[in-house]
Amino acid sequence: MTVLNPLFAISAQTIGITLTLIIIGLGLAWLFWRSFSGKEVDRRIIFIFIFFSVAAPILFKISFTFKAIPIVSALYDKVESLPAGSTVLISYDFDPAMAPEVQPMADALSRHCLSRDLKIIYMCLFPTGQGQLEETFRTVVREEFPNKKDGIDFVNLGYKAGGEGVLNVIVTDFEKMFPTDVNSVPYGDIQVFDNIKSCQNLDLIISIGGGRPGIKEWVLFVGDPGNVPMAAGVAAVVAPQLYPYFPNQILGLLGGVKGAAEYENKMRDEHEQFKDMPTPATTMMGPQTLAHIVVMAFIIIGNILYFRNKRREEG
Amino acid sequence: MKKTTIITFAVISALFLVSWIAKGMFTEGSSPFLDGFLVTLAAFLTLAIMSFLYKDNPYYKFAEHLFVGVSAAYAMCLGFWSTIVGNLIPRLSSGISEFFKVSYIEGDYNFIYFIPIIFGILLLMRLSPRGGWLSRWPLAFIVGTTAGLNFVRYLRSDFINQVSSTIVPLMIDWQGFGHFFSNLNFSATGQLVMMFSNLVIFIGVTCGIIYFYFSKEHTGWFGRASKIGIWILMITFGASFGYTVMGRISLLVGRITFLFRDWLEIIS
Repeated sequence: MTVLNPLFAISAQTIGITLTLIIIGLGLAWLFWRSFSGKEVDRRIIFIFIFFSVAAPILFKISFTFKAIPIVSALYDKVESLPAGSTVLISYDFDPAMAPEVQPMADALSRHCLSRDLKIIYMCLFPTGQGQLEETFRTVVREEFPNKKDGIDFVNLGYKAGGEGVLNVIVTDFEKMFPTDVNSVPYGDIQVFDNIKSCQNLDLIISIGGGRPGIKEWVLFVGDPGNVPMAAGVAAVVAPQLYPYFPNQILGLLGGVKGAAEYENKMRDEHEQFKDMPTPATTMMGPQTLAHIVVMAFIIIGNILYFRNKRREEG
Repeated sequence: MKKTTIITFAVISALFLVSWIAKGMFTEGSSPFLDGFLVTLAAFLTLAIMSFLYKDNPYYKFAEHLFVGVSAAYAMCLGFWSTIVGNLIPRLSSGISEFFKVSYIEGDYNFIYFIPIIFGILLLMRLSPRGGWLSRWPLAFIVGTTAGLNFVRYLRSDFINQVSSTIVPLMIDWQGFGHFFSNLNFSATGQLVMMFSNLVIFIGVTCGIIYFYFSKEHTGWFGRASKIGIWILMITFGASFGYTVMGRISLLVGRITFLFRDWLEIIS
């Protein structure tokens, strides 16, 4: 994989990316000239541009490295500071539609917690979250941590319908809402719950999602009333709404695929064992960056033409 | 049916079969043809959804309706097995619990759980033309409970705690100009950046509120503050827009990666 730094100090540029940039540059120039000449640009041409700017970096495997911002580092540092044996709850509050964005952060957080010998309680507030949780079990838990035992090192409580109702109960009593885990093992037989009665006994709760119920409901019904340390990994769309909760109501936040990429990079930079770990979010930042450049170019072209036309009308 | 419609359908069907056979032949595993079928189906459904960008068409409609139907059915089945079988039945009767192979939870007040059953049945009365009004009782219960719960939670988390988070010190760890300049750095957690952040919060909140205050004419210093408020709002909306674009591009990356890696296998 060709890794470029974010300031475009391109050292080992491939022929692929050169060609891509030339094609996109020429295309944008053509688009600008066409619009400048007063001709209509079909919206489908815009779609082709976006498709090309996303597909080319995927094909040529162009990626970028990122330094974690404080709000991401805060979550990383919290996981690092927890002593072995601490219990973390990770809630999969998302569906396959959100998965490309938040599944990488869910996998990275699971990997980080398990490597630090933290006990994990998995659950979901989205019905389709169960399938995404299974994906983490397949690619991270069973694959990379075969020695970790179900019920002792982690437990999967599965999905429970009710949203806020579920949270309102588990803030005082887990067993009432989850009498068994997803495999029908009774609550009393699950070792992870030996010293855990409710969410208030947890060392950290991480909600991963972007819809409703999600992190906001976790803060409202569990984090604030139970005084439990909360953190989140969310889809980019809702991230700006959650920043005001930092740092008093949530201690860290991974916003969109960029937050996930920053977390992955921090894990790789600070731990030798994660040097070769899969980094899907970092890989996604190549297409992200190029697509954003194209979108910004469209906005600039649109504005230039808008002001030009406005001046002409006034003249 | 138009001739072009039939030809398009025949071409798509032929491509589907070719893809299925090719995937089946080159896929490793215990059931390669089933895996090949599922990957091909997923790829064609992805392309069907994307075809809407060209124009509305029956393939897009099919994929859309299939998605909605499957999601609803999946959620209903999961809700039944996790809530009714997982939560309710173990508290109702040992006989039914045994039938569904879940352990019975004994309790002194298990009869209370018949109330949600009755409410659930009443909700379904909405489907009946004559008994529809009965569904208002459980709905009233749901709305009342939700309002009651949310009132307290929102007041605490989104009002009191947010107001408290907004009242921040403008001078952090201030020990005089000498100390400030000798320890000057641009780190995100440094004194300068933290003080600047708090100043932005103070100015942003004040000017934002002024912009929404309509009882005084926006002229003079009040108008200037209101203008700053507009800028603050615009920057906030711009940040939200940027994040939204990032989210949508991520989803596109996910689908294109699937097409290139799992279906066409042109990337590893």
